[in-house]
Amino acid sequence: MSGKVLRVFPSPLTVVLGIVLSLVLVGIVAGWASAQQPTPSDDEVNAIAKTMYCPVCENVPLDVCPTQACAQWRELIRQKLAEGWTEQQIKDYFVAQYGDRVLGEPPRRGLHWLVYVLPPLSFLVGVLILVNVFRNMRRPKEIAMSPGAAIQAAPSGDDPYVQQLEEELRRRERGD
Amino acid sequence: MIAEVGFGALIVAFIVAIYGIVAAVYGARRHMEPWLESGRRAMLLTWPLITLSVVCLVSLLVSGHYEVQYVYNVTSNFMPLYLKITALWGGQAGSLVFWSWLMAAFASAVTLRKWERDREFLPWVIVVTLVTLAFFLGLVIFVENPFVRFWQMPDGRQAVAMFAPRGAIPLVPMDGRGLNPLLRHPGMILHPPMLYLGFVSFVIPYAFGVAALITGRTDDRWIRITRRWTLVAWLFLSLGLILGSRWAYDVLGWGGYWGWDPVEIAAFMPWLSGTAFLHSVMIQEKRGLFKRWNMILVILTYALVIFGTFLTRSGVLSSVHAFAQSAIGPLFFGFIALTFAASMGLLLYRWNDLRSEGVMTSLLSREALFLLNNLLFMGILVVCFWGVIYPLISEIVTGQKVTVGPSYYERSTGPLFAALLLLMGIAPLSAWGHSTVKTLGRALWKPLVASVLVVIGLWLSGVRAWSALLAFWLVALVTLVTLYEYYRAVVARHRRTGENYLLALWNLAGRNRRRYGGYIIHLGVVLMALGIIGIELFQTETQGTVQPGGSIRLGDYTMLFQRLDVFDTQDGRNVARAVVSVFKGDRFVGELHPRRDFFYDSQQTMTIPGVRSTMEDDFYVILVDWQSSAQGITFKVYHNPLVNWLWLGGLVFILGTLVAAWPDREGVPARARASQTLVTQRVKP
Repeated sequence: MSGKVLRVFPSPLTVVLGIVLSLVLVGIVAGWASAQQPTPSDDEVNAIAKTMYCPVCENVPLDVCPTQACAQWRELIRQKLAEGWTEQQIKDYFVAQYGDRVLGEPPRRGLHWLVYVLPPLSFLVGVLILVNVFRNMRRPKEIAMSPGAAIQAAPSGDDPYVQQLEEELRRRERGD
Repeated sequence: MIAEVGFGALIVAFIVAIYGIVAAVYGARRHMEPWLESGRRAMLLTWPLITLSVVCLVSLLVSGHYEVQYVYNVTSNFMPLYLKITALWGGQAGSLVFWSWLMAAFASAVTLRKWERDREFLPWVIVVTLVTLAFFLGLVIFVENPFVRFWQMPDGRQAVAMFAPRGAIPLVPMDGRGLNPLLRHPGMILHPPMLYLGFVSFVIPYAFGVAALITGRTDDRWIRITRRWTLVAWLFLSLGLILGSRWAYDVLGWGGYWGWDPVEIAAFMPWLSGTAFLHSVMIQEKRGLFKRWNMILVILTYALVIFGTFLTRSGVLSSVHAFAQSAIGPLFFGFIALTFAASMGLLLYRWNDLRSEGVMTSLLSREALFLLNNLLFMGILVVCFWGVIYPLISEIVTGQKVTVGPSYYERSTGPLFAALLLLMGIAPLSAWGHSTVKTLGRALWKPLVASVLVVIGLWLSGVRAWSALLAFWLVALVTLVTLYEYYRAVVARHRRTGENYLLALWNLAGRNRRRYGGYIIHLGVVLMALGIIGIELFQTETQGTVQPGGSIRLGDYTMLFQRLDVFDTQDGRNVARAVVSVFKGDRFVGELHPRRDFFYDSQQTMTIPGVRSTMEDDFYVILVDWQSSAQGITFKVYHNPLVNWLWLGGLVFILGTLVAAWPDREGVPARARASQTLVTQRVKP
């Protein structure tokens, strides 16, 4: 009886073979299943490639770059998308391989914050300067002083005839 | 022999320029007329000398003297004659000679005209222009000589030198490498010269500004003298930018017109500061305000002109235009730093003399709104400058290069451009000196209501994106305000003079060309804005791979791929040309031929789209790949709504600038007469 039982129970070799076989089967099924997922379209690839740059073709976005190298990059993006990677994962992968320059904009960290902070900051400074100019200009004290300033501003050794001419010409300008 | 003559002429021109600087400075400091006259003649001599050099270089290019390195690099037997001539500015050394030639021509034109009238400024104008010219000639002679030749040394080595090394014999290649394929386009005839003309002519207002600082003339005379120069410079720069955009759209094959490439921005930056300058000088002319600011703007524009040339020519930034890399960067950088520091030093020296003559009384006055306009232009300029320069800073500090791409520029400048459009709608209605909410409101309410009605109409017709509605509202507002301004003025003139409306319009524009030319420019800008809104907010694209007989659909359009022809041409290209039929709905609307050209001599390819163009939209097809896929031919297709309004707007814009810059027949002689009378009066007593 026990001998029968032993005969029914598979040998270690059969177990190993069985595991390998089932793994292969699972692999085939999984592969078949993944092959059933639609291949990412050119448009899906380009949507990501549009914001990326290869280190060689500088300033030509990856989606329109005509070189072979860039075509290979696009294929790599397609492959990663097919494997289920997200856009961010794909970008991170390229950054890890080739550095920050593959991105269309510097990442928002460290020194690169300057890219985003400096223009609005300088615009703000411009606004403050302008506000200051407006305030100073409209101060009554300044208004009272301004004719004097205007006289001072004229070059001391200037010819009265030339001044007269300048004034006439200016009047002409204002007149038209 | 031709090369020696060309090089010799450059050396003589350089020496003459240096002499001219010394003579003019000496003459002006010591008030010695003969020295001034001598300096002026030296200035006038530079142009014929550089012309001789240009003629020599062009004859070498045209006749295929490939022993000259420059000729070898930029021409080949296959190239048509017009491209061989334009190859003068197709490479670094040649374009520096071309720059110098234009500079000498403009400076000569200044000194030939009105020498008597502007004698006070002109010695210093000569100095400034000659310093700039001498710098460029020095670069050509000592660093980037277009006349150097190939030599075979006795030991078999090859050498490149101007004159034959001992025992060497000339080495003459059978063919050249040919011009960069991107540059083999009719656009090459006009686009670079227009940009260079724009760059060079902005040197003239700067030279007068510096002359005013040196001589201590603190009034607006330098501005009035250079007003037309500034407009002409601006016209050329605008033309150069518009032509460049069109060229990119037609040839570069990315479906767009502007890629925020560093070299594009390099030409755009002086345009920005120049536009701010054009507006702000009016404040000084009309109200005597902001003299210092105008000086800063003109100095900045000059620095940006040289910086633009530096970016294009130094190879410091790699970009699609970086076909001209060399080691002249540090020299350019030094020159920019030196001239900028010297100019700012002079400005600080005169700082107290340049006080405003009047006051600003209202926040809604024209001058206040012009200042706001200047702030916005400067804001855009900072975004551009910072975006161009930051990759270098990153590379220096962290050792890593970064890309600052279109998304940065579009996001940062978009609101500023929108605010500029809004100002364009309001400022023409405000008055110089004093405007109140009430006066401005009275003038504004009708166009404002009409523009809101336009937006409601758009909303009812299905446009829902708020950015598009806002953009169209701004376009409508500016258009209506500008047309309303014309209408009011024409009706007023008709009532006063009894002229019919057309004649009234004609006379009105003729009497105040600057103002009404300016309004035409504004109309051009809104038309361009329409095209930009169309392509930026409504562009769609798709890509697909098809066999002959297969089709790709995008919106209402369907593209049917017929066949692909691959053949060699006589001018050294291998062409892959697709034939596609385009249908809108079910209606056949045309056949397109997108193609890829492979240039054997330079081993480069070029993508030329097939475009079906109407005022409503463009259907733009690119041949992406025909070799690597077994499934067929890959096409990329764009739908670009309204894009042609951009080009139409460009034409209107140029027309407006021409109207504004057109010489005054009556005004100028009257002024000259007036000044002559006064000069006579001055001499007599």
